[in-house]
Amino acid sequence: MSVLFIALPIALILAGVAIVAFVCSVRGGQFDDLETPPRRILFDDVEKKG
Amino acid sequence: MSVITKPPRQLEIADDVSNQPAVCAHCGLAVPDSLVDSGSSDQFCCQGCRTAYQLIYECGLQAFYAMAEQSAAASFAGRDSAKRFEHVDTPSFISTFGQTHENGVGEIRFALEGIHCAACVWLIEKLPQILPAVLEARVNWSKRTVDVRWQLADIKLSRVVQTLAELGYYPHPLRAGAQHQQAIVENRRQLIRLAVAGAAAGNNMLIAAALYLGMFQHMAASVEMLLRWSSCLVGLVSLLWPGQVFLRGAIAAIRTRTPHMDLPVALGLSVGGVAGLLHTISGRGEIYFDSLSVLVFLLLLGRWIQYRQQCRAADAIEMLHQLTPHMTRKLVDGEFVETPIDLIDQGDILEVRAGETIPVDGQLQVGDTSVDEAILTGESTPRIIRPGDAVSAGTLNLQDVIRVQALAVGSATRIARIVGLVEQSQRQKPQLVQWADRIGGYFVGIVIVLAVTVLSAWLLVEPSQAVDRAVALLIVACPCALALATPLAISVALGRAAQRRILDKTGTLTQGKMRMVDWIGDERYKPAVAAIEQTSSHPAAVAIHSGLRGEFAGSKDSFLQLSATDVSQSDAGGIRGCVAGEQFLLGSQTFLAKNQIAITDRFHPAAKAMIDKSLTPIFVAVNGQVVAVAAVGDALRPDAKKSVQALQQSGWQVGILSGDQPQIVKNIGAQLEIDPDRCWGGLLPEDKVAIVQRSAQAGTVVMVGDGVNDSAALAAATVGIATHNGAEASLQAAPVYLGQPGLAGVLELIDASRSTMRAIRRNFAASLAYNIIGVGLAAAGWINPLVAAVLMPLSSLTVVSLSLTTRTFSRKRP
Repeated sequence: MSVLFIALPIALILAGVAIVAFVCSVRGGQFDDLETPPRRILFDDVEKKG
Repeated sequence: MSVITKPPRQLEIADDVSNQPAVCAHCGLAVPDSLVDSGSSDQFCCQGCRTAYQLIYECGLQAFYAMAEQSAAASFAGRDSAKRFEHVDTPSFISTFGQTHENGVGEIRFALEGIHCAACVWLIEKLPQILPAVLEARVNWSKRTVDVRWQLADIKLSRVVQTLAELGYYPHPLRAGAQHQQAIVENRRQLIRLAVAGAAAGNNMLIAAALYLGMFQHMAASVEMLLRWSSCLVGLVSLLWPGQVFLRGAIAAIRTRTPHMDLPVALGLSVGGVAGLLHTISGRGEIYFDSLSVLVFLLLLGRWIQYRQQCRAADAIEMLHQLTPHMTRKLVDGEFVETPIDLIDQGDILEVRAGETIPVDGQLQVGDTSVDEAILTGESTPRIIRPGDAVSAGTLNLQDVIRVQALAVGSATRIARIVGLVEQSQRQKPQLVQWADRIGGYFVGIVIVLAVTVLSAWLLVEPSQAVDRAVALLIVACPCALALATPLAISVALGRAAQRRILDKTGTLTQGKMRMVDWIGDERYKPAVAAIEQTSSHPAAVAIHSGLRGEFAGSKDSFLQLSATDVSQSDAGGIRGCVAGEQFLLGSQTFLAKNQIAITDRFHPAAKAMIDKSLTPIFVAVNGQVVAVAAVGDALRPDAKKSVQALQQSGWQVGILSGDQPQIVKNIGAQLEIDPDRCWGGLLPEDKVAIVQRSAQAGTVVMVGDGVNDSAALAAATVGIATHNGAEASLQAAPVYLGQPGLAGVLELIDASRSTMRAIRRNFAASLAYNIIGVGLAAAGWINPLVAAVLMPLSSLTVVSLSLTTRTFSRKRP
């Protein structure tokens, strides 16, 4: 069971990293508009073909 | 690059490219010689057009070109002149609606008309390719806005605006207001809180699982310590970061001495947090952090769902503000100059063209016209106005170019005051939520009394356990489920409503717009009549034209080939014109009489029957002979009669309150078999309120109304139900917004609201039952962390599943 002394802190640190990443992405505006980007993603391909 | 002056499309160009100038197959502009591809049947003026054209064909949407040709002339008439946009280059405009940065970059946000699909987004975001000095154009699909950044020195904003308009997306300036920024910040804050609370809850549940399993398997003391400290750490993060919002809410509630659901929640959270921390440090006793984390997460989730609903309502109010135009033409030194509405002062003279919305409350100076005031009065027939008459902001100028002297501007206008009222009612919490808050207040009192009782009782029996028991009670009594119950039930009902299209559009009893209902006489003249009526914006003409257009939908060619000449409109309620050499007169009986045309016996009975049905007969005379009569009117909704009967059968007394002519209202009432004594016509908004209030003394009144003019009466009724008509956003005054066609929705709604109330009551009962059991267990000293951990999420889950399984709108529609 002593593996918990290493595994648990690592797990919590990973969770912390995930939270920091999420907070950064929210503050960067990635979640402000959830409807336009999925439409925008299609455009580049079409343009290259033309 | 102009859409208006488009020449006819040439599909077979390949053979004679050299003889005729090649025309772009997409936009209709001339193709530069260097780009003409003699091997292809389609020519393009630029790569963008080629791409758009290919895209449209690949998607099988080539019908777009046929439709674009038809509608281009109509929808862009009068909008093409570059001069029209010059006003946006003034510093006052840019500082009002946008901002400039020090590095020479300007930034502005427009609301765009006509964004329909992903291709629209694509096209608009290609603006930097069309105009290289534009740095970026970002579309927000859900809000239908675009943010444009451009080099101030290299291009004028008017060019950008003009290009957007020519692309087919007519831009309206939007204030990049603090309110908008605030909404974004608030949304981000809520998301972060939710995510942190969710992560903490998930991790803490894992740790708790290990702890509980350890209870049965005799975990090593050191491992248990590690788990307890980890749980404590994660729990404190959850309480002190996202959970802060409840503590703040509770402090505010105490300060203002208003009961609030946050109070008992904060009490449970803080007592649990402190007790858990002390127990962690001492290494003995129960820690509650897993339950607390889950609690914070679930409550925030409920709150977030509620917040999303509020956002939608706020967007609707934003749309209300769009009812009046942002720009107008102001008379400056004998010339009309485009000016932002904010720079208009009392006394300014403004020009309003036909088909435009009047921007101010004022007095008509020059011009004879009719205005559509449906948004204010609910009157479906336009009012004819002459110089000296008053006009109101938000109403529609139908016929002529007019000059208006501004008397009240901006927030002083009647429409703005109504919007203000709606906003005010929007801010008030629903009665149910207020009720839940009051309960929250009592709840705190009861819980504290209980905790003190338990504490003193245990002090007498077993002093060492007393504090623990009281703390356990405080935590278990935290009304998590109670706080979740109401918002969830309401949100679920609203969500269901949206799914059943109860949030769309319609009128109430009648269609709400003039329509051609009947045509008696010679059918051959229909295309010619349509061609003449097309030139007029009079409601009767529009009704006949669109009615005939519908009939000829299959064979558009013959219909479109005809064109009317020498068309002139008369004050006496008629229009004359020439089609294929024949002289047509269309209009009322008085109009024909003025032109010495007698109505033959053949059409007298038909016309009388139409008048009896409260329809207006429009006569068609060719070369001095009446050949047909068309009936125009506001037709009853097909389902109106059935719904009224169903309402009457279930015990409701049905009446009509209308601003229309009393005779028309009586006629409609008779058709619907409504008691003539309860058909009130010619009412002002104030009269409607009076009648509703009088009826409300006798019992429950449900008012179904369709617009801004009804909003006061809707608010006065026990239940106000707004249906859609014209002013899309004007409906928030009513607690319920019904969008399904006609009254059938009302029946469904009555059922639905009953079952929603049942769901809310069931939620309350379930959560209270859980709390009582929990308090009982805690008081008896039987609660341990495992029981608490199971009981608390279980109560929340019960509430959630009860809400979701409510069959709010499950009734089959007739």
